[in-house]
Amino acid sequence: MMPQFIRRYRRDEEPVPFTLNGSPEIGRRGDTVMTAILSVSGGLRHTEFTGESRAGFCLIGACQDCLVTMPDSSRVRACTTALAPGMAFVTTGPQGLKGGCHD
Amino acid sequence: MTETVQPVIVGAGPAGIGAAERLVKAGLRPIVLDEGFRAGGQIYRRPLIDDGRSYRNRYGSEAKKAERLHRAFDRLVPSIDYRPETLVWNVADTDRGGHLDVLSRGIHREIAFTHLLLATGATDRVLPFPGWTRPGVYTLGAAQTALKAQGCTVGEKLVFMGSGPLLYLVAWQYMKAGASVEAVLDTGPLSSKAHLISLLPRAPRIIALGLFYGVQLKLAGVRILYGVRPEAIIGEERVDGIRFRVGDQIETLQCNALAYGFALRAETQLADLAGCRFRFDERDRAWLPERDALGRTSRPQVYVAGDGSGIAGADAAELAGELAALALIEDLGKAHGGDRARQLIAAHGRILRQRDILEKAFPFPRDWFETVPGTTMLCRCEEISISEARLAIETENISEVNRLKALSRVGMGRCQGRMCSAAAAEFLSGVRKVEPEAVGRLRAQAPVKPIPLTFGVTGEGEARS
Ligand SMILES: Cc1cc2nc3c(=O)[nH]c(=O)nc-3n(C[C@H](O)[C@H](O)[C@H](O)COP(=O)(O)OP(=O)(O)OC[C@H]3O[C@@H](n4cnc5c(N)ncnc54)[C@H](O)[C@@H]3O)c2cc1C
Repeated sequence: MMPQFIRRYRRDEEPVPFTLNGSPEIGRRGDTVMTAILSVSGGLRHTEFTGESRAGFCLIGACQDCLVTMPDSSRVRACTTALAPGMAFVTTGPQGLKGGCHD
Repeated sequence: MTETVQPVIVGAGPAGIGAAERLVKAGLRPIVLDEGFRAGGQIYRRPLIDDGRSYRNRYGSEAKKAERLHRAFDRLVPSIDYRPETLVWNVADTDRGGHLDVLSRGIHREIAFTHLLLATGATDRVLPFPGWTRPGVYTLGAAQTALKAQGCTVGEKLVFMGSGPLLYLVAWQYMKAGASVEAVLDTGPLSSKAHLISLLPRAPRIIALGLFYGVQLKLAGVRILYGVRPEAIIGEERVDGIRFRVGDQIETLQCNALAYGFALRAETQLADLAGCRFRFDERDRAWLPERDALGRTSRPQVYVAGDGSGIAGADAAELAGELAALALIEDLGKAHGGDRARQLIAAHGRILRQRDILEKAFPFPRDWFETVPGTTMLCRCEEISISEARLAIETENISEVNRLKALSRVGMGRCQGRMCSAAAAEFLSGVRKVEPEAVGRLRAQAPVKPIPLTFGVTGEGEARS
């Protein structure tokens, strides 16, 4: 998938390695999880009911549309979580179905 | 009963900072709680790390104010109890004091207060249209936050749509940042802009800035269209373009991102949980906590300030924060400069009168739902379509928003109605052919945002009400 976000600044900032769907990727120091993922891909999750793809919406922690799943099934809100080295994310497949918050 | 006074401020935007400054001057040591990593709030949001950009680059015309406020806050930090990355998710017992339930870096705590000053700000106000949930569609505020705080644009080739001064500002900021701006689609008619003439003598700076953005966009060849209504986002998995109607013409533009919004909506959940009385505000088309001229609510020792008590912008928020602090100081039986309060009230009132004019120049699209097809999602969390909501309204004879939520699940999702409640109220009132006020107010529920269940429950992702 084509990246959704385009970096205009901090392009040469210290690299921060992370894993996206099993593949190694590079973010930059100062990235949120959202910036890191959307600078290399086009989506963050699929919805529980229709399975449509989502890539965040409000970026200020209000819409909760950017929840990203980690390999242990826990989730983080991508727009308000700082990227840390070694983080891993799963954005493909029917994730979002886990988490026990839907009946 | 203890004699200690413990004021707690929720929100470290211009309103919260303005309040904290004044409380510290009065010899108090407020606790300041904010969900964000760094103080500043939305307009003066700071990046996670410094990225070498100047204030001018990041905050444009508001650079001086941003710098002043950040410096003021940094100087305040030793005199206050500042707790960033702290979400306030509940307010309990508010008969003159009580406590807040907070989540701070994964840890749950209770924080007691004697006086509570809510400065919780706002979020973008949005309306649904076909494709609004597609990856690549963002709010105007989101587009700006990506640039300001992360140094990214939310796409390479963009269309900006909606109503409000932010529309032109963000389009201009994106152009300056090197993105390709395909068009600005103003949903308001061109004729509405005539109202700006009456703003000229009162707020020449606002007009000059607006003209500057508009002219620069035009000079760069950006199309600006008025009276636009979207037909649909083109593209299934991402944004490939937008189809829209202007006059009797249907047009298509290619782009890989769309940013849109219709001014802002106040974050009022905590005031609701604190038991404050609300009133319907015609200008914001929303229910807001009742407040006196200084920011006292109907609950003793609970105050509101800034956009969270009604949308008036950052300058007004700073004044309102200080005013609410003065009210708090007065309620403690301490003297404060009454002259200062009068000055602030006058300045605040002037800004509110400008807001009345701006609202006419950038009108809310009241006829929105007349052209949005039923298959469009109304609630993006629970994925409830407009037809499903209409069916519930008609079969269950619903005329009130809380019933609509209970019976259709619109507004029941993770965002707690932040993204759909304004639209749901407009839609329901349209179906019922009444004013939005008549369909009532969506009640807040704790937790006001999803929180991880760390007490006793394992394997759960998050809790919702
Ligand atoms: C995304 C966005 C972009 C904007 N850009 C501009 C702009 O470029 N120019 C302009 O003139 N205006 C802009 N505005 C409007 C402007 O931000 C506001 O008018 C101004 O910031 C209001 O100040 P405030 O202090 O009332 O609220 P805010 O600045 O919004 O501050 C509120 C603070 O409260 C915190 N908060 C809220 N709820 C909780 C909670 N439950 N627990 C803990 N903390 C909480 C938030 O994290 C935030 O820091 C924008 C608004 C938004 C939403």
